[in-house]
Amino acid sequence: MKPVDFELHRPATTDEAIALLAEHAAEAKVLAGGQSLLPLLNFRLARPDHLIDLGRIAGLAQLRRTQDELVVGAMVRQAQAERSPAVAAHAPLLAAAFPNIAHPPIRNRGTVGGSLAHADPAAELPAVARALDAVFVAAGPRGRREITSRDFFRANLMTDLEADELLVEIRFSRAAPHTGADFQEVGRRRGDFALVGAAAQVTVDDGLLSDVRICLTGVAQTPHRAVEAEDLLTGHAPDPALLARAADAIRDTIDPSGDLHATAGYRRDVAGVLMTRAVTGAHRRATETAAEAA
Amino acid sequence: MGSRHEIELVVNGEARRGTAPARTSLADFLRDTLGLTGTHLGCEHGVCGACTVLLDGAPVRSCIVLAVQADGHAVTTIEGVSGPDGRLSPVQEAFCQAHALQCGYCTSGMVLAAQALLDECPHPGRAEIDEALGGNICRCTGYVQIREAVEQAARAIGSAPAEPVAEEAVAHD
Ligand SMILES: Cc1cc2nc3c(=O)[nH]c(=O)nc-3n(C[C@H](O)[C@H](O)[C@H](O)COP(=O)(O)OP(=O)(O)OC[C@H]3O[C@@H](n4cnc5c(N)ncnc54)[C@H](O)[C@@H]3O)c2cc1C
Ligand code: FES
Ligand code: FES
Repeated sequence: MKPVDFELHRPATTDEAIALLAEHAAEAKVLAGGQSLLPLLNFRLARPDHLIDLGRIAGLAQLRRTQDELVVGAMVRQAQAERSPAVAAHAPLLAAAFPNIAHPPIRNRGTVGGSLAHADPAAELPAVARALDAVFVAAGPRGRREITSRDFFRANLMTDLEADELLVEIRFSRAAPHTGADFQEVGRRRGDFALVGAAAQVTVDDGLLSDVRICLTGVAQTPHRAVEAEDLLTGHAPDPALLARAADAIRDTIDPSGDLHATAGYRRDVAGVLMTRAVTGAHRRATETAAEAA
Repeated sequence: MGSRHEIELVVNGEARRGTAPARTSLADFLRDTLGLTGTHLGCEHGVCGACTVLLDGAPVRSCIVLAVQADGHAVTTIEGVSGPDGRLSPVQEAFCQAHALQCGYCTSGMVLAAQALLDECPHPGRAEIDEALGGNICRCTGYVQIREAVEQAARAIGSAPAEPVAEEAVAHD
């Protein structure tokens, strides 16, 4: 239960980190909050020769707002973003997801970028990023590039980042007024990675749903954007009959696998239930914000 | 070859230093280098909460924090919770009163998680207690008395004359 010996580097700037990564890429791992990586090291499932700790790069731990975007630095701690009024106001789905991640002590260390770069198909933040069409900014020896959330998640624990690239920030479009969000999931124990989760964010326009965004965790190798359900719901009020059709559309399009914890059939079925709850919750919150604003 | 690092941190209010290989966890550094064995290790991969300590006042799992990552920061362990004269803190006192421990293996982590909760939220409801301590596993008590101990400690702190430490915690909110 102790990691193999490694050399630790503690760069002060992103450029230094990139140079170190370029030098050692094949034998190096980036260390963010360590809440996924250190368990892997303790088990010796990962045995890097070099660890590049991003913890001293102040520029990566900033949350900022621009005219149309909320920009989250990769090293922003999950607990920090969870408490941020800017996140609650401009990316309500991101705010709704945090309480579902592990337990408070883990969110005190774990970072937003770390969870996204780790790309666990059961994790909450990848589904949020996919639902909101977040843009990932990577930096490496060949410069910076932007990656869409559709392209970022490649497979189970695999992203579009090259071995010598860092995730530096994630950009979210600011939510329109009268937008609400909800995150629903089921798991065996509180705080565990969920079996299945549903992220939903909606905007309410004259009582009708617009800009419906739904993404599921735990039903595929990467976050599953439920486009069919989004299309069915857009432009309508979320009444029970329509939600039932949207849930059926989800059950018809997903192909989850079964394991020790839950059968494929259970996951398929519960995905529809969770989507219904999440859209209902998101709609309620959007209506409340609309009422507060009026 | 792995690197070794000089680590300086404040533990329970006292400046401490030591050197350790990069791979050393904060838990092992506290136990083996500084001799503070009140921090217990259960699972060593972040799931049981036994190793919980406060890092700059916030609970973290010291088995999945590297000692180097705590360099320059302040750590509170179970040894720093009681008064200098050995007098138990209100949380520790309440754990005794409520029979919130049996073997005691999980207790240091439980007490620190409870202390962090009360520092931030002096009158927690059940849901808040469960959220704050939900990641700490206890194989003995069945949790009910642990929750009662936290409620009891909140009442005890609430009725005690305000201490400077408590005021400072409120000012941070
Ligand atoms: C008991 C327990 C329960 C948990 N439950 C949940 C849960 O329910 N839901 C959930 O989503 N997560 C859960 N987690 C994981 C937690 O959210 C982690 O914090 C997160 O997955 C990783 O973030 P980190 O900052 O700790 O990254 P690290 O562990 O430091 O890194 C994770 C991986 O990402 C890479 N990486 C990190 N940052 C970057 C970057 N900027 N650029 C390139 N690569 C990078 C690292 O090299 C590593 O491979 C749990 C963890 C534990 C220990
Ligand atoms: S020993 Fe650290 S969480 Fe179990
Ligand atoms: S008292 Fe024995 S594990 Fe909690």
